[in-house]
Amino acid sequence: MARLHEYEGKGMLKAQGVHVPAGRAVASADEAEQVASELGGHVVLKVQAWITGRKDKGGVRFAKTPEEARKCAEDLLGMQFGNFPVEEVLVEQCLEIAHELFVSLTIDDAARTPMLLLDCAGGTGIEERADTVARLAVSVSDGIDRDDVAAVLSRSDIPQESHQALLDAIDAIVETANVNEARSFEVNPLVVLRDGSVCAADCRVTIDDYAVFRHPELGIEIARELDHPATDLERIAYQLEQDDHRGTFYFAKLPTDGWESSKGLIGFHGAGGGGSMMSMDAVTNEGYTLANFCDTSGNPSAAKVYRAARVILAQQGLTGYFGSGSGVASQEQFHSAYGLAKAFNELEISLPVVVRLGGNAEDRAVEILEDACEGLPGSVEGYRKDDTPAFCAARFTTLMDGTSGVSSDQLTRNVPDWVGGDAEAFPIEGGHVWIDLAHCDAALTAQMAEWSSGVLKDDGTGLPAIACDEQTAAKSDSEFIACEIECLRAGRPVLFVDLPIAGIDCPQEAS
Amino acid sequence: MAIIIDETKKVIVQGITGREGRARTRLMREFGTRVVGGCTPGKGGQEVEGIAVHDTVAEVVAAAGGVDVSVVFVPARLVKGAAIEAIEAGVKLVMLVPDRVPLWDAMRIAQCAAANDAEFIGPNTLGVISPGRAVIGMIGGRADSAKQWFNEPIRGKTVGVMSRSGGMSSSCGYYLSRAGLGISTICHVGGDPVLGLTFPEVALKFEDDPETDAIVLFGEIGGSMEERLADLCQTGRVTKPVVAYIGGKAAKEGTRFSHAGAIIEGDRGTHVGKVKALTAAGATVVDGFGDLPEAACAALGVAVEAS
Repeated sequence: MARLHEYEGKGMLKAQGVHVPAGRAVASADEAEQVASELGGHVVLKVQAWITGRKDKGGVRFAKTPEEARKCAEDLLGMQFGNFPVEEVLVEQCLEIAHELFVSLTIDDAARTPMLLLDCAGGTGIEERADTVARLAVSVSDGIDRDDVAAVLSRSDIPQESHQALLDAIDAIVETANVNEARSFEVNPLVVLRDGSVCAADCRVTIDDYAVFRHPELGIEIARELDHPATDLERIAYQLEQDDHRGTFYFAKLPTDGWESSKGLIGFHGAGGGGSMMSMDAVTNEGYTLANFCDTSGNPSAAKVYRAARVILAQQGLTGYFGSGSGVASQEQFHSAYGLAKAFNELEISLPVVVRLGGNAEDRAVEILEDACEGLPGSVEGYRKDDTPAFCAARFTTLMDGTSGVSSDQLTRNVPDWVGGDAEAFPIEGGHVWIDLAHCDAALTAQMAEWSSGVLKDDGTGLPAIACDEQTAAKSDSEFIACEIECLRAGRPVLFVDLPIAGIDCPQEAS
Repeated sequence: MAIIIDETKKVIVQGITGREGRARTRLMREFGTRVVGGCTPGKGGQEVEGIAVHDTVAEVVAAAGGVDVSVVFVPARLVKGAAIEAIEAGVKLVMLVPDRVPLWDAMRIAQCAAANDAEFIGPNTLGVISPGRAVIGMIGGRADSAKQWFNEPIRGKTVGVMSRSGGMSSSCGYYLSRAGLGISTICHVGGDPVLGLTFPEVALKFEDDPETDAIVLFGEIGGSMEERLADLCQTGRVTKPVVAYIGGKAAKEGTRFSHAGAIIEGDRGTHVGKVKALTAAGATVVDGFGDLPEAACAALGVAVEAS
């Protein structure tokens, strides 16, 4: 879930006609003083951070003068919550509150509709009053049932003259959630002021990750919930995912505090959510610390698995690589085997690697992986569906125990020396395919045609050439990777798929 | 019997000319599914695997003389339109395979399905397979693997499987088969927050299926479908033995459950709450995934077969 800050949510509400307090977010004490003086001096300052119980944690301060506001902002901007330093503070006019309401829109999995949670006694202690909170189903096409909401308001001690304004505000909050495709939208509290007007005093919004592509105006950089500011590697991985929708690719760093006292820092490569979680448990139970979570599933292309492995191995300080998913994958697993074999060969991996490749075509997948990686300094072992995650994790421990002094820091990408020279090259999506024609012959070309699933053919003189149109060839990165690995296995490394990763192998384009 | 899908059901594929649609059409047919047609807007008149392609679902339905199921393989952003088109054309069961379907789209599909008395499975489902009969979606992969992995129903010891994890659907079916149990149907309900069929609805279908002797499920933290299933067991709507594993015990809480809106769901959604609800309702909840086959055999009073 992509989380937004309070002021961003309030911006959305304002656009739908909901009143919000005057003020704006600032990143410096100077600006805070400036905004406070514009608002007449008496202001509230609130850290913009993804925390609960902000007030109790000292994240809310009141100031009577612009100078005081400046001092408060200095304090607040120096705070840190969890892994997030406070970078922005919202400075707003103080409100004279008569009534507070708790208004929250969530998505109800049982009703398959948005659900409005409404409590006219406000949000304080809401957890204890869970049973008395009104739960009103919302029509995804028509919004709230105003009669239902009016009935809840009429049972409260809020004066009748504010009910219409509250109804309008609640209607607009739901509409705001709808137009922005929120996963949750909480206004806690929605307040009635002493003058009877209604205003959203706080706002907490998450946007549906899957809808973020329809909302470029929100400027969401990474559409997922992380417990830390996104790292460079997470940004790189997220961009790779956006560029290639063949199957799922998810990468997130995990907290590794105290890993030195564990048996080692491990790169984890899962396949499928449920199976990945079980596999993570298995390797954690062996006493290792996982540096990351990564999931490539849903029939991912070889290129996607290759890139995922490269991202995992770009982390510093890894001493091993463990891959495992559900173990009975419906997808044909040799695509993953080709992708992994390419990454491990390119990096000449020295770390111990255990990958559980159980599922369709698992025998072929294991053979490809182990055979292609046989000459590498690190041991690379593949396993099948009848090998449990616990067995694979134990096997991993055996390999780790027999290895010392290796780290992912030592890995560098090796590109064959004939690449970039006079060799044949043609572009594909995300890079180039290079062929060392000087070392090709008719017999090898015939095999390359087969290994590339017919994307390559004999050009009539015994040399490989593209057999299809340029557009098809450009999308055939996985077929070329298969061909590259098979050439390698045959001891004839004449083809290289160059898929440089922006941010790792080459500078990232400015976005 | 089996539930949801069998060899008699007429199935169509939306997005049949795409990479996945084309490949899965072939695999479904090889397994025994009666694929009678397909569509892709603008591709009417073509053929895929010998199957006529039409522009719209309505045309396929007319040509096939009615269809039972439509399997949707179109890009996520087009799923809403495709699903609503199928439902409005009179298809009563729509399977939404794609991942990343926007949540508000899923809710609009649900609204349309409810208004038209139709059901849907997914989004983000690997599919449904009835061993020995038919498959929809991509569960099991290659037909020969799927036939080898999953036992057909066996009198007195057949389980129905439902799962929130795609990969674990196949894993459950495979390991249960290896323990000597038959499988009536495996249903991957999907991994998204808003789904068509969820555990309660699928369990009621298994309850009505004479071939299914017990229900095995792979649940997960979040949402309420395990608790709602427990309610059905409590009230006697589901009487067959239920054996469950709930994933995500070690998953970090507090991020997804930190909002007041989620907290006031009370016990619902947590690992502890789900285990408690199911156990109180008489279900067997195993602690380790590897314990599922033995627990399923025990619930049916049969011995685990060594394999």
